[in-house]
Amino acid sequence: MEHPVILINNLNKIFGEGTANAVHALKDISLTVQSNEFISLIGPSGCGKSTLLRIIGDLTQPTAGDITVNNKTAHQARLDRDYGMVFQAATLYDWRTVAKNVQLPLELMKYPRAEREARTEKMLKLVELGDFAKHYPWQLSGGMQQRVAIARALSFEPSILLMDEPFGALDEMTRERLNLEVLSIWDKTKTTVVFVTHSITEAVFLSTRVVVMSARPGQIAEDIAINLPQPRNADTREQVRFFELETEVREALRKSESQKL
Amino acid sequence: MAKPTGFLSGFKPALYFLVIALLLVFAWEGYKLLGAPGGKYLRGTAPVKVGDERVPGPLCDSLGWCEVELPIRTDDRAMPPIKDIVLTIFEPPRRGSNDMLLTILFKASLFTLQEALAGFVIGGLLGFALGVIFAHSNLLERGLLPYVVASQTVPLLAIAPMVVIWLGGNWFSVAVIAAYLTFFPVTINTLRGLRSPEPTAVELMNSYAASTWEVLWKLRVPAALPFIFVALKVSATASVVGAIIGELPSGIADGLGRVILNFNQYYATGPEKLWASILFASLTGMAFFLIIAVLEKLLVRRQPVDLV
Repeated sequence: MEHPVILINNLNKIFGEGTANAVHALKDISLTVQSNEFISLIGPSGCGKSTLLRIIGDLTQPTAGDITVNNKTAHQARLDRDYGMVFQAATLYDWRTVAKNVQLPLELMKYPRAEREARTEKMLKLVELGDFAKHYPWQLSGGMQQRVAIARALSFEPSILLMDEPFGALDEMTRERLNLEVLSIWDKTKTTVVFVTHSITEAVFLSTRVVVMSARPGQIAEDIAINLPQPRNADTREQVRFFELETEVREALRKSESQKL
Repeated sequence: MAKPTGFLSGFKPALYFLVIALLLVFAWEGYKLLGAPGGKYLRGTAPVKVGDERVPGPLCDSLGWCEVELPIRTDDRAMPPIKDIVLTIFEPPRRGSNDMLLTILFKASLFTLQEALAGFVIGGLLGFALGVIFAHSNLLERGLLPYVVASQTVPLLAIAPMVVIWLGGNWFSVAVIAAYLTFFPVTINTLRGLRSPEPTAVELMNSYAASTWEVLWKLRVPAALPFIFVALKVSATASVVGAIIGELPSGIADGLGRVILNFNQYYATGPEKLWASILFASLTGMAFFLIIAVLEKLLVRRQPVDLV
């Protein structure tokens, strides 16, 4: 069998270890992510889901435990440019046009100019922003900016896409449209996605698996497989099975909360 | 209609500037009108000579305003008429001299501008380099920044002769003295600007495994440019002041410093000449400022709102 894309074993993260204010952010996390999975991490604020994502992306270090990404350390995976990151804020550079923002990782990875431009054009078409290549980020709406950020993250075809509440700041309508767009991109690119969200609907709609986390300390409460048919579309949200799964995730969140009280 | 308005809007600042300049001229001449002959008292409150007698002014009789002193005297020595200042520019400053004052002031301004420009470049590069170093090393920032601040508390007047003793009374000394005034704002603003990117903007770079060097040139420096230009505009004018002051101990005779010094000494006989040189000194500073402002427009592509 193919080795898993992400393998996390007994991972712990303690902020301010050894001080009076030490916070046990993540406790005994074990998680396996297979290739082409779409995993959502969901949980209350402070459950450490963003921290877990940042540990996977090697942007912060675990206190204890192992993490393997594509059969190597998370650090090596970052150096090998295995990650595409999308944050809650689009984090576009104001002084670069939309096209130049998408090209940023390609420039850093020393792609030849012609290929940079070809890939940028392709990616902007994929997120339906082909006509906005020469615009500046501040001329775009919040939803369009986030699509540029997704195009940028995918431009170098990373094997793993890490998304940290990418649509958290957008309105419901835009969010639903972008959810569909993300699914179609995932379908075309076959990347592995780890997606952090607050929204139960979003998690169920997008994912092949929803990992429910509880807070203080951040732990995995439940791991729910989302066996909705692919490809998903606007009708998916109206299926009975969709509501059942939503309820299941909601119950899991509630149970993990009540256990703490 | 949109286009012509847009076209004209480019001239608007210049138009405002001219209007304000005109208002200043009116204010100057208007204030002069307030003064009684002699320039010390408010018109109408000064005693008037009638025959051999001094009688109180009319406002003293009617309102009880007697001998009201003005904060600044209005006589032509303290405040030469604008007309005289303008006319003197088109006359030779001394009898027997061939050049108009305009020619002399223009040449001197250009000379000083060159020194200021050299100082600006030296100071700007030094300031930028220090900012980059401090932004990357807390240790060096904590150790050296206090000295950078302290350097600015020493008066330029004390530093300038030292520089001349060390480097000689030449053009380069003046540039170094101008640079002394220039580098400080650039250091502080570069440091601030390099640290301005959001943490996620830096994390994005890290997620691509970008080197420190790449983060500097592709993120930190572009993000710092608006901050740096604020400093460069301050420095542009400061470097002209630095160059003028630097010319004095250097004994350089070709610049505005010597011209101002000369007209200062002969102020009693020709106050309008000093005022004319002040005018040229400020025009020089403004010209430099404008050059930097135009460069900023070309280089800094940013949302059209005031950032800083």
